[in-house]
Amino acid sequence: MTDVMADERLHLSTVHEGPASKRIVTGYGFWIFLLSDFVMFSGFFAAYAVLLGQTAGGPKGAEIFDLRNVAVETGCLLMSSFTCGLASIAAGARNRLWFQIAMAVTCVLGLAFLSIEFNEFASLVARGAGPSRSAFLSAFFSLVGCHGLHVSAGILWLLTMMAQVFAKGFRADIQRRFLCFALFWHALDIIWVAVFSVVYLLGSAP
Amino acid sequence: MLGKLTWDAIPFDQPIPLITGALVLVIMLAIVVWIVLAGHLPYLWREWITSVDHKRIGVMYTLLAMVMLLRGFSDAIMMRGQQALAFHSEGFLPPEHYNQIFSAHGTIMIFFVAMPFVIGLMNLVVPLQLGVRDVAFPTLNSVGFWLTATGALLVNVSLVVGEFARTGWLPYPPLSELTYSPGVGVDYYLWSLQISGVGTLVAGINLVTTVLKLRTRGMSYLRMPMFCWTALASNLLIVAAFPILTATLAMLILDRYFGFHFFTNEAGGNVMMFMNLIWAWGHPEVYILVLPAFGIYSEVVATFSGKPLFGYRSMVLATMAICVISFMVWLHHFFTMGAGADVNAIFGIASMIIAVPTGVKIYNWLFTMYGGRIRFDTPMLWSIGFMVTFILGGLTGVLVAVPPADFLLHNSLFLVAHFHNVIIGGVLFGAFAGYAYWFPKAFGFRLHEGLGKAAFWFWLIGFYIAFMPMYWLGFLGMTRRMQHYDVAEWRPWLMVAAAGVAVIMIGILFQIAQLVVSIRDRAELRDTTGDPWDGRSLEWATASPPPVFNFAVMPDVEGPDAYWEWKRHARRGDAAGKEPAYRDIEMPRNSPTGFVCAFFATVMGFALIWHIWWMVLLGGIGAFATFVVFAWRDHDEYVISAAEVARIDRAYREERAAGMGSAS
Repeated sequence: MTDVMADERLHLSTVHEGPASKRIVTGYGFWIFLLSDFVMFSGFFAAYAVLLGQTAGGPKGAEIFDLRNVAVETGCLLMSSFTCGLASIAAGARNRLWFQIAMAVTCVLGLAFLSIEFNEFASLVARGAGPSRSAFLSAFFSLVGCHGLHVSAGILWLLTMMAQVFAKGFRADIQRRFLCFALFWHALDIIWVAVFSVVYLLGSAP
Repeated sequence: MLGKLTWDAIPFDQPIPLITGALVLVIMLAIVVWIVLAGHLPYLWREWITSVDHKRIGVMYTLLAMVMLLRGFSDAIMMRGQQALAFHSEGFLPPEHYNQIFSAHGTIMIFFVAMPFVIGLMNLVVPLQLGVRDVAFPTLNSVGFWLTATGALLVNVSLVVGEFARTGWLPYPPLSELTYSPGVGVDYYLWSLQISGVGTLVAGINLVTTVLKLRTRGMSYLRMPMFCWTALASNLLIVAAFPILTATLAMLILDRYFGFHFFTNEAGGNVMMFMNLIWAWGHPEVYILVLPAFGIYSEVVATFSGKPLFGYRSMVLATMAICVISFMVWLHHFFTMGAGADVNAIFGIASMIIAVPTGVKIYNWLFTMYGGRIRFDTPMLWSIGFMVTFILGGLTGVLVAVPPADFLLHNSLFLVAHFHNVIIGGVLFGAFAGYAYWFPKAFGFRLHEGLGKAAFWFWLIGFYIAFMPMYWLGFLGMTRRMQHYDVAEWRPWLMVAAAGVAVIMIGILFQIAQLVVSIRDRAELRDTTGDPWDGRSLEWATASPPPVFNFAVMPDVEGPDAYWEWKRHARRGDAAGKEPAYRDIEMPRNSPTGFVCAFFATVMGFALIWHIWWMVLLGGIGAFATFVVFAWRDHDEYVISAAEVARIDRAYREERAAGMGSAS
């Protein structure tokens, strides 16, 4: 559509070039969505900050956070961002094999991250430190769980992308969709850096 | 099997919702049967339900708003009737029903009348004013509309299946927690708003991207019509504020469904955190609604005064100032929380400061009119009515922004009068002005002027009769949401207010009559020129209704008031009637994605409200499958050939030339 628009420009004007390309429009719109997602997370961060001390006689952060575990988790997610970057390069080079390999590794790392998180949640619940124990734990489970839900949705999206590239190749619209996926996946890393710092590091201070 | 849903959910013992519900159901069924029997279903499916055309979606948003206005207004009639009668008596509404009615009234009027009305008008007009063919993401636009419709549907279902919230339009905990609201009313509220909130967010992202990235060649920021600026500001606010609502409601959902302790009284929950979070969304929301209305007035006042908008740049600055400051005033909704003198003072001052850019706007409109040759058509009447009414509402707003005064007026009918004063006088009058102003553009014929003017006068006078007594009642110490009362001094004023509602009802009846008569007389009211009001911006540069591609050739903009300048040049004789070189146009294909997605969202929302978990899963899988199917399609665009574009455009040019010839 954009090429047709470009031809239609009757006069030259240096003021404003007219509509941006589809790739830019899509990426830009998705960035706006990501910003809105950050705002939603900020709501949960704010709730965590407000409720941090409200342990209601239950465990504090320092008593339940296993930082070594969280470090492994963080490693998985950061690595997966790297492999997602490799998938972007493969998509740019239109190399199907490397694309699928990089995406598969990203998926495995994402699943590893999720299973570690799931184990952490399950062991907390088993120890009677579930989300309904105290307001602090409610806020903790919601914030970290919300990020986990995003990662789960991301993996569903990732698998759909792999299937699409497998079935249809690197069509322009699929490339745009992959651009959005990559933005999403990296954005989850940004959120996780904040979760790691605010929830685990600050939260485990005695 | 069906979770909490049993036959007890149907209120067989309450005649009002049951009869209303049955009546609505019969009417809806009759309409569906008529559509199918008359063979309109394929047309409706092809041209409207699956349409991704921003104009069609805009019209559907507006239609949803107008239908829901009738529902919200029926609630208003019942409330005013109840308070007029319930002196030393129970009135005709039992307390639990009355509480649902004021909650539903607020929820519906804000989320399903005001929001779809302004979003509908923005959808219809912004791409046309920017000189482009559609919004940035047409299919998502359709998804957004249908999700909004889902929310509206669920609220209406609560009328007959179960109950609605009894908590007011913002479900303050701990009342809204499971302990004190064990029924499904609050859940109906929560899931309707979560689902329609996604729709609103999608619309916001779409319009922000459209304004920032799709403008036609030469349409630099400071050449955009004022409505595009206010739409940009409003949608930026949607993107920044609605996620806060989503997060807040999600927390309340977690409290209610899984025993979390965000806002509970026990285990460290913090009730006031809810107030802070909800108003961090809620105050920007006020400006989300009123900014597009300000844009409409700017367009209308300039057009009907025959002058460029006075102080365009100051108007842009004022708009963006409001956009930013609107995030810094939320605490004035609960000065009485006891945050301390310093905090209250800061928020009080910020609330007074936000009145300054609004004042700038009022002066700009007045100076635009000054020296102009003013035509008093319906849109202009709504605009002038707005200016008078809104100044009054704004002044009482500054009054309650003073914390000591607010301590006296908090939760009184003074407050109720204030926010109706600004929302009806500001948002609704603006929406009606926009409706009258752009109706000919959307449908190709004008609305009947006489009936429109009658509707305006009844609305305006009815508004004053209904709400001015409430200011006085606030001074007399009457608090809001009272089901009955024993104070004799209040009675006469409540009777006056009830009479005011009756006058407004006559206004609404005139509006309905206006629509019916205008459709009947559409041949006489036909707009052949595409420019019935002698407009100034690009939406008037194309046919009414515009072809699906809006502009046969993307317009090239060379200054502000683009269309006005073209007309001036054309009168001087240069560039008049020159036929452009037509090209093929690619347009997005229609898609049922939005409708199907909303169907599954409705199933899922209903199942979540009633704890029918298997159905939740089914709805979720269905929604995901819809997206995959959508993502899998190979052709998302179709081509309109240059010959076809030429044929459509030539027909319009001939008709316009004939229309202008007969006019002169």
